[in-house]
Amino acid sequence: MNGPLLEMKDITKSFPGVRALDGVSFDLNQGEVHALVGENGAGKSTLIKILAGVYPHPEYGGEIVLDGSERHFASVRESEHAGIAIIFQELSLVKDLTVAENIFLGREPRRFGIIKWEELYSRAQKLLDELHLQIDPRTPVINLGIGQQQLVEIAKALSQNARILVLDEPTAALTDAEVETLFGILNELRSRGVAMIYISHKLDEVFRISDRITVLRDGKTIETRATGATDEARVIGKMVGRAVDQIFPEAKHDRCEVIFEARNVTVEDPSVPGKLLVERVAFRAHKGEVLGIAGLMGSGRSELLMAIFGAHPGRKSAEIFVDGKQIQIGSPSDAIKQGIGFVTEDRKRYGLILDQTILRNMTLACLRRVSGRFITNEDAEAAAGERAANDLRIKANSVFTVAGTLSGGNQQKVVLAKWLLTNPRVLFLDEPTRGIDVGAKQEIYGQINRLAESGLAIILVSSELPEVLGLSDRVIVLHEGRVTGEFTRKEATPEAVMSCATGHIRRAA
Amino acid sequence: MTETSATGRVKLRTSALRAYTMLLALLAIWLFFQWATIDQDHPYGLFLGAINFSKLLQQTAVTGVLAVGMLMVIVSGNIDLSIGAIVGLAGGIAAMTQGWGLVPCLAAAIVIGLVIGAVQGSLVAYVNIPSFIVTLGGLQAWRGVILKLTKGATIPVELPFFRSLGRDFIDPRIGFALAGVAIAAIAWTNVRRNRMRKRHGLPALSLAATLTRIIIPSIVIIAFIFLMNKAGGVPIPVIFLLAVALAGAFLTANTTFGRYLYAIGGNPDAARLSGINLKRYILAAFCLMGALAGLASILHTARVGSASPDAGTLMELDAIASCVIGGTSLMGGRGTVFGAVLGALILASLDNGMSLLNVENWAQYVVKGGVLVAAVGFDMFGRRKG
Repeated sequence: MNGPLLEMKDITKSFPGVRALDGVSFDLNQGEVHALVGENGAGKSTLIKILAGVYPHPEYGGEIVLDGSERHFASVRESEHAGIAIIFQELSLVKDLTVAENIFLGREPRRFGIIKWEELYSRAQKLLDELHLQIDPRTPVINLGIGQQQLVEIAKALSQNARILVLDEPTAALTDAEVETLFGILNELRSRGVAMIYISHKLDEVFRISDRITVLRDGKTIETRATGATDEARVIGKMVGRAVDQIFPEAKHDRCEVIFEARNVTVEDPSVPGKLLVERVAFRAHKGEVLGIAGLMGSGRSELLMAIFGAHPGRKSAEIFVDGKQIQIGSPSDAIKQGIGFVTEDRKRYGLILDQTILRNMTLACLRRVSGRFITNEDAEAAAGERAANDLRIKANSVFTVAGTLSGGNQQKVVLAKWLLTNPRVLFLDEPTRGIDVGAKQEIYGQINRLAESGLAIILVSSELPEVLGLSDRVIVLHEGRVTGEFTRKEATPEAVMSCATGHIRRAA
Repeated sequence: MTETSATGRVKLRTSALRAYTMLLALLAIWLFFQWATIDQDHPYGLFLGAINFSKLLQQTAVTGVLAVGMLMVIVSGNIDLSIGAIVGLAGGIAAMTQGWGLVPCLAAAIVIGLVIGAVQGSLVAYVNIPSFIVTLGGLQAWRGVILKLTKGATIPVELPFFRSLGRDFIDPRIGFALAGVAIAAIAWTNVRRNRMRKRHGLPALSLAATLTRIIIPSIVIIAFIFLMNKAGGVPIPVIFLLAVALAGAFLTANTTFGRYLYAIGGNPDAARLSGINLKRYILAAFCLMGALAGLASILHTARVGSASPDAGTLMELDAIASCVIGGTSLMGGRGTVFGAVLGALILASLDNGMSLLNVENWAQYVVKGGVLVAAVGFDMFGRRKG
């Protein structure tokens, strides 16, 4: 066959206020593994969702050409029909059903509506044998490890005659041995002519498995090269590419004494016993500085903060010192009492009560101090809330506006106000600007600098590298739950930090 | 029901709008029954006459008290299906322990409710068993305990004062005295509120607004006392209901406890990360529910005049229905005591009015079921548009 199996030409896609994809082109040949790399937010997931029919035809611009003819996928079902199978990061198996039931879910061999169980299991067995998988089709999926579940997903995709397999961070949850098994299967599939799009942050794996690499940045295709004709340094350079924007206000923070220190923080995955999300991490934060924690998704950044804050659901151990004194934090209220505030990620899930007023959200963590131990005082609360809302320039009719009706930027300011009202000395910020517009971002950056100048120690986690580099006085980098590098502001180049974030350990200078 | 913004303007919130809609619905139901009960002896209708209205309120008392407790449980994101059985058990124990004297036997009913609430609440909060399951188990188990204790017999109420709690009226003069106290309290809180606002640098309400806030409730209170006194005075169970409703409204709206309940039901993750001890407050809500079920059992037993082993059956569903009709979300985080009591009043009005009209039993059930579903449907419709 001539020409590529799949071509995506000049794809554009906008969300309210954001242009997620801006003229991306991407093609895929039969029997090829084509890697798609880029920072978080570069547009990889959006591109894949367009291919999968999650965003149906007229919602995006550009064309998708499959086998030489243009296609418009109106639904996930249509794209599946065309032979495209996507294995998402969050697995989509029904945990309580068996392997075979999952593989044929919705397509069970049946007669007059009655399932032919023998055929179901024998066909599943055959499929698993072809892939050399040692999995009993009668095992409930819940009894399998994450790695094996991933392989079952692949088997399911192949049973639907998938010609194009999209793997989104397939090794994020796998052990080294499981990665080997997966790569064996991918090689086998490649030789059978299956085309694969491989999305991963782990560049060493990308270089091992892929034939070509495409780098996306800020919704644009930066370059596509044969794997043999490029190297990790070049790819990292293309990924970070841009100069740190001017949107970060120049700030000079006077570093004072150490106010916060964490030693030996180890955090276990609550759903997979024995798997460590964070392993023996240590860091300290000085009064008046911004400490950035960089790392890619799944590097354990949020878990680290959650565990220190006393909010991790699983097992953890940590030694925490505030002002040089060791303290025990068993719950968020202990942490708040010690002067630690935590602007959590995902404001809708962890930060706000969406159908309550701005005021009630702002005073939730400081109610007893602002309003009274048992009997609340609405007016005292309103007065404190008004001040906070003015300080942060929250745009709303009044503090009695329902939080869910605000824009993302204003919602984020409400969460920030909530924590500032607790009078913290140490403030954790987890993804403080996720999904908000540039203007609001800039305001929050200014606020972060003001807070540091006023003597807070700020610990900033963000998956946007320019943000971490632009704001932090020091940066530590996490990769798979371990610290792989520490930089001062001057040393922290995007290339050096990204290199540590993808697994290279920086030797102490 | 209105929220005063910091600029001193009075604003109508969606929750206030919902409250007014419910009041209008109640009024419509009342006017309908008033019209439907017009006959030769009652040219203006029977339903809202002093005697029937007094009876209607007495019928509301038990469900209303339970609805206040249920509201707190539901707002926290839970449910309590066992309260009917608790009413039966606590009432039975109160009747059986009459030999100990009046105060001990009444205290026994409330304490047994509190203890059951504590046990169930602990299982929900600390063992993480869903409240539906814990209290579904309770519904059966406590009913079994009554049967064992009473051996299936109905026990009459012997103590005259006990019985009068469910049947008698307070002296009309005391009624007026209470009205005076209530009006004074309303005036005082309004004046004090304005003083507090000034101290926090917020503009005070205008004199006209302050006077309206004092005069309108005062008129309602005085009219209510006059009407009740025509029928012998305010019934004692109604005094209990008013006290419980006031306390419940204060607890949910003006205390950290109430605020935390709404936060826990609204977004448990955010509440936990804001330093709120979820388990403690969920346990407290169940304890209050249990104690109120104990109180309701006293009122119910006193009104019926005896404690039977099947007393309280299905009362949990009336309490839940009252909350839901009153705008409470079963998902938690939303609802008011005012709405829950109003819901109880709507249910009692339907019962009372349809009985007056001699509507057949089966049709009464159908209408009550329909009203429940329609109320929620109406609410969902309004919310989607809003």
